[in-house]
Amino acid sequence: MPTFQARINVMLKPLVNDPQGLAVRDGLHTLGFEGVSTVRVGKRIEVTLEASDAAAAESAIRSMCEQLLANPVIEDFRFEVGEVVAG
Amino acid sequence: MPVDDHTLAQVAMSRAEYERLLAMLDREPTEVELGMVGALWSEHCGYKHTRPLFHHFPTSGPRVLTEVGAENAGAIDLGDGWCAVFKMESHNHPSAIEPYEGAATGVGGILRDIFAMGMRPVALLDSLRFGPLDDAHNRHLFAGVVAGIGGYGNCIGVPTVGGEVQMDAAYSGNPLVNAMCVGVGRVEHLLSAAARGPGNLLVLVGADTGRDGIHGATFASVELDEDSAERRPAVQVGNPFMEKLLMEACVELAEHHGDWIEGLQDLGAAGLTSSAVESANRAGTGIDIDVARVPRRELHMTPYEVMLSESQERMLVIPKREHLEDVLALFRRWELHADVIGVVTDDRMATIRDGDEVVARIPIAVLSDPPQYDLEPARPAGLDARLSVDLTAFPDLAPEAATAALRDLLGSENLASRRWIFRQYDHQVQTNTVVAPGGDAAVIWLKGTDRGVAVASDCNGRLVGLDPRVGAQIAVAEAARNVVAVGGTPVAITDCLNFGNPERPEVAYELEQSILGLADACAALGTPVVSGNASLYNETPTGAVLPTPTVGMLGIVDEVRRALTIAPKDGDTLVLVGAEVPQSADTLAGSEYLARAHRTVAGRPHIDLDREARVQNFVREAHARWLLSAAHDCADGGLAVTVAESCIAAGLGLEPPEDGPPALGPRLDAALFGEAQSRFVVAVTEHQDLEGLRRLAGEYDVPLAVIGVATGDRFRLGPLDAPIETLRDASEGGLGRILAGSAADPDVARRA
Amino acid sequence: MRAAVLVFPGTWSDGDCVYALSCVGIESRRVWHRDATPFDADELVVLPGGFSYGDYLRCGAIARFSPVMDSVRRHAEAGGLVIGICNGFQILCEAGLLPGVLMRNDSLQFRCQPTHLVAAEHQSPFTRGIARNRVLEVPISHGEGNYFADEATLDALEAAGRVAFRYCDHAGNVTPEANPNGSLRNIAGVLSEGRNVLGMMPHPERTCDPLLGGEDGNAIWLSILSAVPLGGIMGA
Repeated sequence: MPTFQARINVMLKPLVNDPQGLAVRDGLHTLGFEGVSTVRVGKRIEVTLEASDAAAAESAIRSMCEQLLANPVIEDFRFEVGEVVAG
Repeated sequence: MPVDDHTLAQVAMSRAEYERLLAMLDREPTEVELGMVGALWSEHCGYKHTRPLFHHFPTSGPRVLTEVGAENAGAIDLGDGWCAVFKMESHNHPSAIEPYEGAATGVGGILRDIFAMGMRPVALLDSLRFGPLDDAHNRHLFAGVVAGIGGYGNCIGVPTVGGEVQMDAAYSGNPLVNAMCVGVGRVEHLLSAAARGPGNLLVLVGADTGRDGIHGATFASVELDEDSAERRPAVQVGNPFMEKLLMEACVELAEHHGDWIEGLQDLGAAGLTSSAVESANRAGTGIDIDVARVPRRELHMTPYEVMLSESQERMLVIPKREHLEDVLALFRRWELHADVIGVVTDDRMATIRDGDEVVARIPIAVLSDPPQYDLEPARPAGLDARLSVDLTAFPDLAPEAATAALRDLLGSENLASRRWIFRQYDHQVQTNTVVAPGGDAAVIWLKGTDRGVAVASDCNGRLVGLDPRVGAQIAVAEAARNVVAVGGTPVAITDCLNFGNPERPEVAYELEQSILGLADACAALGTPVVSGNASLYNETPTGAVLPTPTVGMLGIVDEVRRALTIAPKDGDTLVLVGAEVPQSADTLAGSEYLARAHRTVAGRPHIDLDREARVQNFVREAHARWLLSAAHDCADGGLAVTVAESCIAAGLGLEPPEDGPPALGPRLDAALFGEAQSRFVVAVTEHQDLEGLRRLAGEYDVPLAVIGVATGDRFRLGPLDAPIETLRDASEGGLGRILAGSAADPDVARRA
Repeated sequence: MRAAVLVFPGTWSDGDCVYALSCVGIESRRVWHRDATPFDADELVVLPGGFSYGDYLRCGAIARFSPVMDSVRRHAEAGGLVIGICNGFQILCEAGLLPGVLMRNDSLQFRCQPTHLVAAEHQSPFTRGIARNRVLEVPISHGEGNYFADEATLDALEAAGRVAFRYCDHAGNVTPEANPNGSLRNIAGVLSEGRNVLGMMPHPERTCDPLLGGEDGNAIWLSILSAVPLGGIMGA
């Protein structure tokens, strides 16, 4: 079976408070980056998996995100899946 | 504009309540007014079903400094100008939806209640209830709640020193998360939450306002159903870092500049609405707020959303006019936002404007006068059948099975050591923790004095479910016993009433009887109720939670260097106090042993409050006379589990006394694992006076029985015989094994 | 001698450090992180535990840019004594004043529990007064105390005697079971090249009184006092 790699970004939903982002924003202000208006901090997760085809890989990744990788109560996720070509 | 049912449902208001509002206003409310009334008339803010019963509680006493409801939390005189404030609050529904953030913001909320009074928070406790941990979702909730409590408490630097956890099928899907906080400080630094002095300005401090938890207050007042997970805007994300700054700023204000302000109030359920209206109501004033001045985290928020947002980590400060700039500067030095958003008025109205436009103008009296409902209680069907189950009909435990039964109980989810939990909590920060979690009560040193504060929480929901009045009495008695066991004097309680839907007659019965039971025991033990909280509608499609009137007890330890732990010293004699060893099968009522060995929760719980007071007074007097070396409340799991816990804590075994082992009587199971009330196991060292203890017991008419000597590495009590190490492993590894869902302690497995 | 106890937004053991230092007779002043005034040459600079900036992004990552850190750097370069405890250790690592990094505990959980420590060398002001083979019982309280550095750095640290403390069992044996967080080579504390900067994860300030579970933590402050000639370290 071909191997795929998924690059997943998990972010807090837009309306959810992000204390970490606020603290990082203030830290950047302290460093002199006065122009920074918003910082939001998320997670990037990379998953390598075998699947019959790209559609199956995407479907599996979506399911992983919904069940474990993201917390659907407060987080959104986006991902892209590419085939890993053996070299 | 006639209001449709959908709108009323959104603010959780009935048609009849709406009609009542119309009659009070003599006009239709605006959208903002309706939202404000809905939130303040909700069960969560308005105590519609419980307030009519509060008059039963004894609320005054020589050490009580504040009246119930007059301020955010009850205050207790500790002597020499020191005082303590404490309160417990539920965060059950948010924790069911998002356990980490639900529990974390529960901790944040109770902390604000305490430092709003100008006191420094010195201890947190958490009383938790979950469904059985063999279910994956319950384990998820459990792990998330524990992590959330630690995440918030550890970050803010307030030690989490105690609490309890009980599992029962009735809590599946509706966990209970009750957070308690104790603060201490000088009496003269106590702050009021009243918006006094028309013309003074209202200053909002802390986090910006977002759309967090809009309708959170009403959300907590409806039953959980399958759509609950979709009510997601009601989930809030806490920021303990911001709260730490707020706490330091508020404590500094109270300790050094209390004369700069009239009032300080936290923003909790129903946000700015309840905060501003409650503080105006306390002072008999009015408020005029311009929502356009409220700093926002999000664009395009409506006045309705600003007034009802439950964004965390915000406080309302009412500076005296001449000190406005000083107060603003103090908060800004702590790197917090502080903005003037309104003014105190003398018209007893809540006026809300959005720039030039008035969007609400409603009497404080209307907002502060929620409807009150008399309960219509009916004794639950089946209760009498459960109470009158003949426990003698269950076969007794065979002596050869006793050791296995003890190991099973020690490793069970309800009795296993809570070390897996409290090692994830910073229980030492502030360096005042004299008696750490793992025993009966925690003891917090009041630095600069010889004194300490003892704190414990308790409630056995199974016993309350069997007999709400007696079960609630037992909750108070056991919490008091916990305080006595560390060498303290019980002083006062806070309560957190967790029940199902009070509109159902059987829940109404449980609620009413429980309140009467709390009141009985508080009167008998001299511990008034100084603060409280109610969380009703704790129901899932399968039914209500067990009635759980959680008790948070505060006590005073006069000589903190003499605080007792549960651990005896090598060679100490262990003595059962308050009862003979033999017990009847009746004492298995509602016991953990009966639940595990016979899959039964039944029988008639019993307590004699006069006897309870006598036994507690005896133990206090014995400690005052230097007769005790350790003490442990003898309750959950019975005598054998209690003695084993003490021995495990000391790393010692138990040998029979010189004059032979105690007689166990006709029912082995009841003697070892029965849960008769009003008992302690105390330790007496060799150089202490066992005869003196016997004489004193005679004066108090309290029975004593010598159980054995704590020494060696084997635990021997009647037919029980096991290396203490295997009992320790059963107890300390129990919870980890259950949570890992495997036979091996995850820690041990990982290290191997 | 005197101590300067730094306070960053989110620091919580500043008061505990002030109290513990007072138990051994060291007076201290608290210094807010925006205050960049210099320290006295003989001042002990303490970076206490806590969650500076909520530990957001990485522990210590934002605090390292606080104005006071310039003064800390100058003090350290001039040979002044600096001790970072828990979050203070994390800040010193982020600031490059100490090598390595504190990663998440291998249990993936916060841990508040007693640990046992042995001083791995006795040539620094912080450890000189601690008897060889003495086992100190000092608690930890952290979620990210898992010390990591590459092998070459670890070898170099050991060769130079810059490992100050290791986790051990109650008898002093350095074992995997005694390691509470997965730290490489059981490292609980490290020293700067000049041995005047110490970072450690355990909290010595928590064991300053038998009432609080012991006074082993005082051994470090007493060592500093014994290492300092009357009149301060620069006075001799």
